[in-house]
Amino acid sequence: MNLNNTLLVVIAASAIFYGTPLLFASVGELLAERSGVLNLGVEGMMLVGAVSAFWTVQHLHGPDWVVLSAAVLVAALAATATSLIHAVLAVSLRANQIVSGLALTIFAGAAGLSSYLGNIGHLGGHPALHEFKAVDVFGLGQTPILGPLVFHQNALVYASWVLVPLAMVYLYRTRPGLHVRAVGESPETADAMGVNVAAYRYVHTLIGGALAGVGGAYFSLAITPNWVDGMTSGAGWIAIALVIFAFWRPELALVGAYLFGAFSSLAFTLQTRQVHLPPEVFNSLPYLMTILVLVFVSTGWAKRRLGAPASLGVPYVREER
Amino acid sequence: MRIERRLTTPRWLRVVVPAASLLTAFVLAGVIELVTGHDPIATTSRLIDRGFFASGALSATLVTATPLLLTGLAAAAAFRMLTWNIGAEGQLVVGAVGASGAGIFLHDQPPALIIPAMMAAGCLAGAAWGAIPGLLRAYFNTNEIITSLMLNYVAGLLISYLIFDSHSYWRDLTTFTARVFPQGKYLVPAASWPAIGAGTVVIPFGFLVGVVAAAGLFVLYRYTRFGYEVRVIGDSRAAGRYAGMRINRKIVAVMALSGALAGLGGASQIGDFRHVLDPRGLQQAGYGYAGIVVAALAQLNPFAVILVAFLLGGLTNAGYSLQGPDFPAGLVGTLQGLILFCALAGELLVRYRVRFRRLTVAPA
Repeated sequence: MNLNNTLLVVIAASAIFYGTPLLFASVGELLAERSGVLNLGVEGMMLVGAVSAFWTVQHLHGPDWVVLSAAVLVAALAATATSLIHAVLAVSLRANQIVSGLALTIFAGAAGLSSYLGNIGHLGGHPALHEFKAVDVFGLGQTPILGPLVFHQNALVYASWVLVPLAMVYLYRTRPGLHVRAVGESPETADAMGVNVAAYRYVHTLIGGALAGVGGAYFSLAITPNWVDGMTSGAGWIAIALVIFAFWRPELALVGAYLFGAFSSLAFTLQTRQVHLPPEVFNSLPYLMTILVLVFVSTGWAKRRLGAPASLGVPYVREER
Repeated sequence: MRIERRLTTPRWLRVVVPAASLLTAFVLAGVIELVTGHDPIATTSRLIDRGFFASGALSATLVTATPLLLTGLAAAAAFRMLTWNIGAEGQLVVGAVGASGAGIFLHDQPPALIIPAMMAAGCLAGAAWGAIPGLLRAYFNTNEIITSLMLNYVAGLLISYLIFDSHSYWRDLTTFTARVFPQGKYLVPAASWPAIGAGTVVIPFGFLVGVVAAAGLFVLYRYTRFGYEVRVIGDSRAAGRYAGMRINRKIVAVMALSGALAGLGGASQIGDFRHVLDPRGLQQAGYGYAGIVVAALAQLNPFAVILVAFLLGGLTNAGYSLQGPDFPAGLVGTLQGLILFCALAGELLVRYRVRFRRLTVAPA
């Protein structure tokens, strides 16, 4: 019997595959929230990333890896530009961050700019000319159990495995990381220490945008290599929920992303195994599980207020202390 | 340049700023169109013509304005207490499920019974759907933004299931074609809500219901103890708690109220326009999200919601009817997002004053 075809291994491998975009987006959102900026525009930024990445692979010619790297870069830049709107409104103009983030999702989302760009670029209905395929690392892809999990994933999965430790080291072990946490917890203190609160908030909102863009690119270049309006179908919102689930820690975001990757993949996996249930039951699973998991983490540990930056969502104004 | 908080806000600013926001949003949308190779002036003038001036435009605009009015009120009701109900989309959908269910069940009854029953069923279904994130917020401290939003997707899947993947009460199974190409049961003519003709303009009954609801919401929030408590909690949750207000119950009540308004929008979708539970049509338009734009631009004032719903209804309706190569899909959402951005930036001008002068005395 081939171990790699057992249900558990298949589910674990696809959990990683489907969880990766959530991981990128939630690490990005986590960094923004650690600096005190709540950005509910993740869904919109992901879609802008998805559409611009897809546009790039359809129009750029060259070897796979050049085109794909360019596409991810374009996606990151486009989503960064999108997040800049939120940064200006939330940091400089002290707008309500909840409404501003929602505005970003309406502006860029399924019926907004991403759809507009997809339409004028005539992107719908064509398969991607370049896509992220699983690479067989060191020829170990067929190794029992570890093969499909560790040695047979696509380049963005490996990139995300670099990203998580980087984010951890940055947040917990470097001076700028300390400043980010200070800015998110107590901007007054950070300001008194000489940290430029606005600059930190801008930069981390933009990083959050860039990573959401990469997560979006993963949808249009790896999961379903084509362009459909609203193709992320709520992944941006699940990423925001994951930040809460992860208590604002990158290492837990990894766990959460794969957990939700598993829920998202369950529909396909079980259907190919002749489990017959209405598709709506499977498809609603990620959303229902998000609610359930959120309820679970908010009741048990919320009393100790683990993780949530104290000034999350609160604009900082020096004169009004 | 300094930005300082205003102690008093001049009345005229409350009108001028939203109007200027709307105008700025159009200019920004024009820039996007220009950059992407479309003629902004032609597009905008066609949009306005189709929305408000062309023959039959006002009637069509009211068709879109009706759900926007009710989802706008839903958002305004919730946001006033800083309870973030983002779930109007799903609440509208389950409201439509409830109303069409009532309409099918009471098919042999007179309109005087069916129509109120449909409204009640829509309200109840929407209220129940809205109360879920409310209860989770109140008693499990769960972020209502995410839970209410997740339930939008669940509601969408629920009606898909009712019509496409089950032999539910809502699905038409009487003919062979209906069994092969799934569709909902059409309601009897007696379940159609009456439309009121005013000259050449047809006013949907749901729009009038929405106007009454707006007045009701205004009175409720301005003149009742409930409304007073909602406003206190919205301004300062701590103050509300110290005053002994039951905040948890208020959260559930406000979410249910908000859901009921959105559910009424769903009932009107069935009674006024569709007369059948139509999963694709109900979700395509994104009325729930647009309601947030309406409420924000109206600064949560129920009467202003009526006006803004009418304006945005015109733009949205025109946007969808013009959709084609010259007017790509997605422009409506882009414009709505821009309007919301501009309204938010405008808030700054309402709350703060910008002074261009050097500080002469250092603050003590």
